[in-house]
Amino acid sequence: MNINAMGIINLADKNKILKGLTVHRPLAAVPFGCRYRIIDFVLSSMVNSGIKNIGIFVERKSRSLIDHLYSGKDWDLDRKRDGLFIFQCNSSENGYGGFFKYLCENLDYLYKSKQEYVVIAEGNIICNLNFAEILDHHTKLNADITVVYKKYNSNVSGVVITELSDNGKVIDMLDLERILEPKAGRLFSRNLDKKAAGIYVISKSLLIDLAQICVAKGYYDFVKDGLIKNLSKLNVYAYRYDGYLVNIDSIKNYYRYNMDLLNQDIWKSLFFEPGLIYTKIQDGPPTKYMKNSDVKDSLIANACIIDGVVENSILFRRVKVHKGALIKNSIIMQKTEIEQNAIVENVILDKEVKVTKGKKLIGEKNYPLVVGKGTVI
Amino acid sequence: MVKKECIAMILAGGQGSRLGILTQKLAKPAVPFGGKYRIIDFVLSNCQNSGIDTVGVLTQYQPLTLNSYIGIGSAWDLDRKNGGVFLLPPYVKKKGGEWYKGTANAIFQNIEFIDSYAPEYLLILSGDHIYKMDYSKMLDFHKSKGADVTIAVIRVPWSEASRFGILNVDDEDRIYEFEEKPKKPKSNLASMGIYVFNWKLLKAYLQEDEQDANSSHDFGKDINPKMLKDNCKMYAYQFEGYWKDVGTVESLWQANMDLLEDAPQLDLYDTDWPIYSVNPNQPPQYLSPKAKVSRSLISEGCVVNGTVVHSVIFSGVYIGEDTVIIDSIIMPNARIGKDVKINKAIICEGVEVADGCCITSENSNIRCEQYHVDETGICVIGSNVELSNALKECVLSSREREFKSRDFETLKAMLLRLGGLPT
Repeated sequence: MNINAMGIINLADKNKILKGLTVHRPLAAVPFGCRYRIIDFVLSSMVNSGIKNIGIFVERKSRSLIDHLYSGKDWDLDRKRDGLFIFQCNSSENGYGGFFKYLCENLDYLYKSKQEYVVIAEGNIICNLNFAEILDHHTKLNADITVVYKKYNSNVSGVVITELSDNGKVIDMLDLERILEPKAGRLFSRNLDKKAAGIYVISKSLLIDLAQICVAKGYYDFVKDGLIKNLSKLNVYAYRYDGYLVNIDSIKNYYRYNMDLLNQDIWKSLFFEPGLIYTKIQDGPPTKYMKNSDVKDSLIANACIIDGVVENSILFRRVKVHKGALIKNSIIMQKTEIEQNAIVENVILDKEVKVTKGKKLIGEKNYPLVVGKGTVI
Repeated sequence: MVKKECIAMILAGGQGSRLGILTQKLAKPAVPFGGKYRIIDFVLSNCQNSGIDTVGVLTQYQPLTLNSYIGIGSAWDLDRKNGGVFLLPPYVKKKGGEWYKGTANAIFQNIEFIDSYAPEYLLILSGDHIYKMDYSKMLDFHKSKGADVTIAVIRVPWSEASRFGILNVDDEDRIYEFEEKPKKPKSNLASMGIYVFNWKLLKAYLQEDEQDANSSHDFGKDINPKMLKDNCKMYAYQFEGYWKDVGTVESLWQANMDLLEDAPQLDLYDTDWPIYSVNPNQPPQYLSPKAKVSRSLISEGCVVNGTVVHSVIFSGVYIGEDTVIIDSIIMPNARIGKDVKINKAIICEGVEVADGCCITSENSNIRCEQYHVDETGICVIGSNVELSNALKECVLSSREREFKSRDFETLKAMLLRLGGLPT
């Protein structure tokens, strides 16, 4: 089914970094959940919702992202009509740049696209949702912009909806990204428990309008400049989503949300409903469990060879665990090798790390140790 | 069309009747293998890795699964602008049409296809062998010998030589005699059913053979002996490495089990010669706190709550708590309930086994088209059967036949022997 929306994934945000893991890649290209990259979840959700025209704006080190996506074939986005468009953007020499600037530099893409609406998503979202329902909600309410949010039981960080009218209209929003501890006072007395999920629906014409006006005033950010500053002028509605959706914004969160996948209910809802999550195909054989393997409460990708002990961990493709090795509460990325009798606990090992014989690597559960790509220990 | 030096034709139309219910609904080359593959993946990947980019697949028996699996060949990088993979079923011609009558006739009926690429050499392959082979080396051999025909051979143990088609060769590897299953073999070089022909010459022989009413239109029985008689230059190319014709339930089971060795002869993890397959696109596999897995292959999308010892588990299989699986092959998307015992069995795609079932060769009193125990004691349950359970007795719901389940003691003894007692 065709749907009257195109998708834009906005990776043009310098603030979205994960210490240690985003040195070589944008946050959206950080490996997640054994065989995926973070972007796979939003991209697959868009495809499963019937969105066939998807533009990705990336500004930081894009090699790994482009290597992952290439023609978009694995998401069925290698199309004659529409398909996948990747825009590699650079901030100007004096450092000015941002989403709206990049959009204005590529307005032809928006003009040439046939769809009337745009679903904008940020690159740090783990979810499996149907954008068609959000678009329906948007058009029924005749909204200018729809903000998807999630209600938490306590105060959250990031972008929050602070005031909501009874009919779901957004009165006020705040971006708490730079505010570490909002003090309860006259301004911060309101609830900070409605976190914007980083998914917005807007008509294409309004998006172009907002982008041009903001750039003309020297502003570039969609949320802070386009949305929050114009709340009084626009009909902005909120869409509450109650399914599994998380935003990765710290190493601690990244670790926690990976471990979330060990929960069978989350595993099922995230990977199967409403659609499957696609990723780059790698043609690995099944995982081989050798004589001494003892694997419990873990998620394992294909093509691993395991002869050691693995507990409560996430293993990516082609990880080798030798005899006598122990992996506990850890995230082990692709092609990493844990040699004989080595012990790793509470760690995040990036791709192609090697922990040599008998070495011990132990982090703290609420502060996991991150080891950079290709390190030999 | 651009001329190709060598194109390949894969014989994939056979029923593989000795595989029984495994090939009831699909052709032998489409039978799942090795936890992730179908048998034909090996020959298609070999073609791709050997640099042969034009491949015809001759289909006839139950081609649906095979057709949808191969598609346009993108899984093997065979979706090419010039060349690629072609599915070639028999078709109706102006003067009627007919089924493929034999391996040689199947090629004869596709002369036009082959001629459209005007190849120098034609590589004939079987779609039902498990092996990794660089055909470009065989082609080099063929050229260096100035041969008319080259047949790939493998040394088999002398004790088994009388089960194969044996080739007798001179010091220069030139073939001087064929012996089909000889009682007293003079050599242990067995034909692998892989041939390189000079296309022009083969074409003439095929056309001649087609006129012969007494011919069975088979390469091994008719074409090759005729060529030998005519003193064609026929050479044997000796292949070294793992090769298995998985024509019987026992050999299919054994070839799967071979992969579970510590250092198997057929290395699937070698990135220099990858075996490609259609990706099932499933999430990572999950092993629960109660899982116990050793000496096994497990694929994407599986959920394991029980014990798996020395088995091959395909993608999307669910295994319930307290279930024990030993020496078995569980094909894609099967669902095995709680407290199930499975020993030395092949469970086909989509089978549902209810809680408490016991599937071992001792339960040979099941009478059902979808259940079969072969002479070596391997149980096979055909695809999409539902095995339900009533008071420790298993019922094959499709036929409602009951059988008594044997107690767990024999399995426990076996587990002890294998060193994997469930906790």
